[in-house]
Amino acid sequence: MKNFRYMAGVAILKLEADKCIGCGACETVCPHRVWKVEGRQAVIVDYDGCMECGACATNCPVAAITVNPDDGCGCAAYIIQKWLKGEGSEACCGSNCC
Amino acid sequence: MVAKNYYFVEGFVETSAGRVTRVATKLAWPDFFGKLRARLGLRRDSYLVSPGLYCVGQPDHQSPVLVTANYKLTFDALRSQLGGLDAWILVLDTFGVNVWCAAGKKNFSTRELVRRIELCGLSEIVSHRRLILPQLGAPGVAAHQVKKESGFEVKWGPIRAADLKKYLADGLQATPVMREVTFSLSERMVLVPVELTILLKPSFYVLALVLLLSGIGPDFFSVSRAWGRGSAAFGAYGLGVLAGAGLVPLLLPWIPGRQFFLKGIEMGVLVVTGAFLLWGKMIGSGLESLALISFVIAVSSYTAMNFTGATPFTSLSGVEKEMRQGLPVQIAALVVAIVGWLASPFF
Ligand code: SF4
Ligand code: SF4
Repeated sequence: MKNFRYMAGVAILKLEADKCIGCGACETVCPHRVWKVEGRQAVIVDYDGCMECGACATNCPVAAITVNPDDGCGCAAYIIQKWLKGEGSEACCGSNCC
Repeated sequence: MVAKNYYFVEGFVETSAGRVTRVATKLAWPDFFGKLRARLGLRRDSYLVSPGLYCVGQPDHQSPVLVTANYKLTFDALRSQLGGLDAWILVLDTFGVNVWCAAGKKNFSTRELVRRIELCGLSEIVSHRRLILPQLGAPGVAAHQVKKESGFEVKWGPIRAADLKKYLADGLQATPVMREVTFSLSERMVLVPVELTILLKPSFYVLALVLLLSGIGPDFFSVSRAWGRGSAAFGAYGLGVLAGAGLVPLLLPWIPGRQFFLKGIEMGVLVVTGAFLLWGKMIGSGLESLALISFVIAVSSYTAMNFTGATPFTSLSGVEKEMRQGLPVQIAALVVAIVGWLASPFF
């Protein structure tokens, strides 16, 4: 996916390095190869590749990872509804997203 | 529900937890028809199979268990890759949505997986305690949690079903390529019809509005003017859709810039230029042309921006940020279009 880059510096993705036990789950599940576990310690090697899917955070056994918690799909129609009606009230455009 | 879709059922396997449906690993014509329909975005919501346990081949208590979603396209994509294998297929209830989207919405989830394992009596059917899940299910399923709650260990399989055989043959090892999503031309191409189908309904409203606005003039309203100018304006709308929902997805990696609303503007300019070259003249007055061009660009920019929801690499934070920049531009272009279009009959 190196030929597809989205905007830099926007993703909400944080690692509390001191919590990490180096299990490697984040590196396995990330579909954008954002993580690398080196010597029992996870590091973010491609921060701007992150699409906030949440896979790493869900699968970190010690909850060392924080990702944008909004699990809505990233289409404009959804976000407009969210802005207009407030968080939680939006309906997505059916199964047509993603 | 299985009975309704019996054509893909090959038979049954008796287990200590009851009969398990054996499904074909070759797709039949109703599968292709259903796939086509779903790809066109028609009745996608109800294209599903019953959740539960299925199998391919003649699996026994040592055979692998593959977990998937109950969207029929997903189920078909999986079973069609399993020819010659003996395996169990555990289908979770994701309300007919594919694995990745369902995982994002937490329907392909730890809870549903643990519940489904129990409902199917999986621990009586297999003697091992291992499940193979598609990697894209990871946003919804916490492997360590599943282990704790069910005793089953989650192995993350490859993203694409096509890599499953190699993954199984290599002793459940995935290569880095298998773990990375792609967005090839063909993957983008299949999304275009759905994008267009979504726009079908709004397009009728646009058409009605465009006809209404186009008829207004010094003599209040004229049907012939509504018709003549209306078709020009609706043509501009069509060009905008072509650019934003057609060209942007197809040419995505080659269009300069990262933000989709900009890519949409670029493709809008491209189709406008193309249209002028084709017809070799402006349509009506300068003001009318300005209005039409603005309209094309507003539509192409917005439809392109909406495509972010269908791509596998845009983050929600990024989309929100680009919308804060893109929406004002699109609204401004739309205002120019409407004002210019309404004003032009008076000059
Ligand atoms: S949120 Fe998704 S894309 Fe981002 S780092 Fe985690 S797994 Fe990778
Ligand atoms: S999943 Fe969590 S604990 Fe495991 S390597 Fe990644 S950050 Fe560390």
